[in-house]
Amino acid sequence: MLGLALDFAFVALAGAFALAALRLVIGPSVPDRILALDTLYVDAVAITILLGIRHDSLAYFEAALLVALIGFVSTAAFAWYAARGELGR
Amino acid sequence: MLGAALEAGISFCLVVGGFFALVGSIGLVRLPDSLMRLHAPTKATTLGVGGVLAASLLYFLGSGRFVVHELLIVLFLFVTAPVSALMLARAAIRLRLSSRARLPKPEDYA
Repeated sequence: MLGLALDFAFVALAGAFALAALRLVIGPSVPDRILALDTLYVDAVAITILLGIRHDSLAYFEAALLVALIGFVSTAAFAWYAARGELGR
Repeated sequence: MLGAALEAGISFCLVVGGFFALVGSIGLVRLPDSLMRLHAPTKATTLGVGGVLAASLLYFLGSGRFVVHELLIVLFLFVTAPVSALMLARAAIRLRLSSRARLPKPEDYA
């Protein structure tokens, strides 16, 4: 049962990844693309955690934490740049 | 090694997490304008990741290894998702993207 649920979660997250990537490619405005990139980061965190469960390993948590951190910082920087047209200040 | 009830709970969390992550991305593709699209991934996807992390917490708790990393990641994601949503909404207002919703003008908005 656990294996089946794990498979379902992998497939659902792969679908989520594909749809977010679609929005990243077509998304008409800049905030749409930034939002799609943020969604990709969050989905990447979830997939990393799922890999940790599947391989029964604790080594994936640091990677997931780092991906979450870098994702937030890059989203904040992109959104700041989209709103102001420059970084800094 | 895991009890049947615990395994059922982990499976439930995994299914709920995967489902909500998928719903968030479907909303990201299907909703009509930029500020509406902001709604789906920032809430549904966050809940989806929360479900997956709860499953991971239960799994490693059940196999006798308690790790605080999941709690850290959940806390971090739940704190940062509204912040990035706010920044993106502000960028969308500054760029004067059209929306069905009535928005404040950028001049009234610090």
